[in-house]
This record gives sequence, structure tokens and C-alpha cells, in this order.
Amino acid sequence: MARKAVALISGGLDSLLAAKLIQQQGIEVEGINFFTGFCVEGHTHAIRNRDRSRAKRNNALWVAEQLGIKLHIIDIVEEYKSVVINPRHGYGSNLNPCLDCKIFMVQKAHQWIREHGFDFIITGEVIGQRPKSQRSRFMPVIADESGAEDLLLRPLSARNLEPTRPELEGWVDRERLLGLSGRSRKPQMALAAEFGFTDYAQPAGGCCFLTDRSYSVKLKDLWDNRGRREYEIDDIMLLKVGRHIRPSTAFKLIIAREEGETRYLSGYRRQYQTIKTVSHAGPLALIEGDRLDPEQLELACAITARFSQGRDADSVELCFSDREQSSQSVHVRPLRAEQIPAEWVIA
Amino acid sequence: MSDVVEVDARRLLCPMPVIRLQDRIESLPPGSEVRITCTDPGTQNDIPTWCRINGHSVLSSCQQQDDYVFLVRKGTDGD
Repeated sequence: MARKAVALISGGLDSLLAAKLIQQQGIEVEGINFFTGFCVEGHTHAIRNRDRSRAKRNNALWVAEQLGIKLHIIDIVEEYKSVVINPRHGYGSNLNPCLDCKIFMVQKAHQWIREHGFDFIITGEVIGQRPKSQRSRFMPVIADESGAEDLLLRPLSARNLEPTRPELEGWVDRERLLGLSGRSRKPQMALAAEFGFTDYAQPAGGCCFLTDRSYSVKLKDLWDNRGRREYEIDDIMLLKVGRHIRPSTAFKLIIAREEGETRYLSGYRRQYQTIKTVSHAGPLALIEGDRLDPEQLELACAITARFSQGRDADSVELCFSDREQSSQSVHVRPLRAEQIPAEWVIA
Repeated sequence: MSDVVEVDARRLLCPMPVIRLQDRIESLPPGSEVRITCTDPGTQNDIPTWCRINGHSVLSSCQQQDDYVFLVRKGTDGD
């Protein structure tokens, strides 16, 4: 009986190679890609003008096409919140819950194979490749806590690990799997060349915003100021965009850094109060925080004006709009750079 | 000819438009047509790629101001 495996496809090289190794053994493979809301590459491309000149593709889809497999993209934004907010195994160097994330994704894949009649799960994990989630001692933790147990096969490191059920049952030949370990990428690059893969993604620093220090600082600030650790999808999308400036606990400004970000933030006009320069070219700013008093509104406008073409003018006119799109004109003198304390800037 | 099912994926960033299309198409019979409207330029690559690997066809695609509009037919082998 032909066996079927599902591969966790991140879009990187390791999962591409792991799936290819199993395909070569006559196993039918399909891919799963999980959307958490924290993905880096596609969103940065979509929002910022300067990134639009580069070719844009979804790497997971690209990998699936190279392998000739189906790809199921699964929205786990809601369920994933518990992983980010309360990771059982803690965070990495930023707010990245890498070990809990891997356990969660394998658990979801295990659920998926039971629902779809697949036999086992494969991942591109390599022992020692990443500082936390791919340490040798965590490999069995992921298998156990996800519930996948011996149905989780890591083709790139399999020969350094206990045999799994696909190997013991003879569904795959363990001798044709690899025994990679460590941080070197050379063996994977050599294998990619052997398979004829040349245009694969090599994300430096990972593909998740939670591994990014600046992003994590913004997320922590959001939690601290709301007094609770929670988020919605729009919150985590907006943390990827613009300058974030919090002059007081009453409000935060999200100020577009360029035209693409202004266009993206415009989509939030009915959810946030906004400020836009009128007399000079300048950015759109969202105000997070309600009921600004007149002094706070003037300060918000003076900060926004600082990032406009009128930054050196005596007076800049701005338009303040509420969520219902009723607006008022405000005239301010832009703040000078030294009038914006470093502690206001969340980064 | 059956009605075209409309999917509005404007303001969503990839891969959300693909997920919206995938989830909508799943419950439709083979041969059904779905028109999806997106604003993320990345959908110009992602929607056709997703269709190719999952056995669906992009019957047409066009840009209307800031919108990218795709007409997709569900394949016989697709989910």
C-alpha cells in the first residue's frame, strides 16, 4: 500500500530537501504551511514601496511547485495566540516561542493526517541548526508533546535520532535518510545542487517577526499599555508598519515612513483616528488611543509634522479625522528632532 | 452555466487571499468558478501558483486600478 506523508513546508531550503528525500522513496507527499500572522517576507514586500522592486513570491508555494506537491495553507492566527502569549517553554532571545511553536505546528499536522488519512509527518528540522527549537534534547520533546510521537520523521537528521515508525515498518529506508547536525548550511546547499534546486530562499534571521528585536519591543509595549497580553490580527500587522511613537500612556502614533506604508495605513481609516499633513507632503499617522485632549492632539500633530516636508516650517497644516471621517484642520509648529525623546520611540 | 462565486480579499496580505480562495473553493463542486478580488500585488504570483499546484485553472486575470481580479475554475482533482 502506498504510504502518504505530509510535510511542514516553511518555504526554506530544509523543508524542501526533507520532502524531496521522502518523495524519492516513492512516498506520496503533500505540504502544509501555517499562517500565524507573524510572517516576514510577503508582508514587507506588500507594504513598502522600496521592497516592491524585488521579485515577490510566496516561498512555501514556490517550494510546493518545485516538488510538484499540493500545498495546504492553514490559518492558525486565533489558535496561535496562546502559543505567543503563554509559551510553556518560554521565549528565545526576543518574543519568539520557537519550541512551543514547533510543538504546536506538529500537533496541528498530526491532527491533519488523522483527518485526511495520511500516515506520517515530515519536517526539515536539523539537530543543532537553531539555538533552541532544534537542540538535540528537544527533538523528543517535540515528538512527545505534539502527540505525533513516532509518526514524526526528520529526514535530514533521522540517522542521528531513534528510528521512527515509518523506518521501523519499512515505509521508508532509513539508510537513504541523512544524519546532518550543526549550523553549517554546506551539506544542504550541496544536496540542493544535487537535486537541481538553485533559487531557494535563505532567510537570514528566520521568517518570523517574533525573532526580530524591534518587533518584539513593539509587541511588549502594546501589551504593557493595554495592561493585558492579547492581540488581534490587525495589531500584529500594524506592528510591522511605520514609526511607532508613544509620547504618553494615553496614545501611540503609527507614522508611515513612505508612500507604500501611507497607502497601507489608509486602509485603517475607519478603525483609527488619523492625522495627515495638508500644507506639505507628508505621512499618514494612525492614533492608537481614544479621547485625546486638545493639548495631546496638538502634540500628536506636531510629531507627525516633524516627519513631513514641512519639518522646518513655522507652521504646518494637518487634517485630523475621526473614525466617522469627520475632520478638523489643525495648525502646528513641527517638533524639532531633539524634542522627540528617545524613550518615546518604540523600537 | 453556474453562477460565479465572488470572494473579496481586498486589504488582505498574502497568504490570506490564497487562504480565502482555498477555503471558499473547498466546498464547491469541480468546474465551479470563483472571482477573487485582491489588493496585494503578491497575489499576481501567489494565486496562479496556488491554482497550478492544486489543479485549478486561472481563466483570466486583470488589474482594475488598485485591484487584482482573478477568475478561477475549480479542477476535478482539486480540494
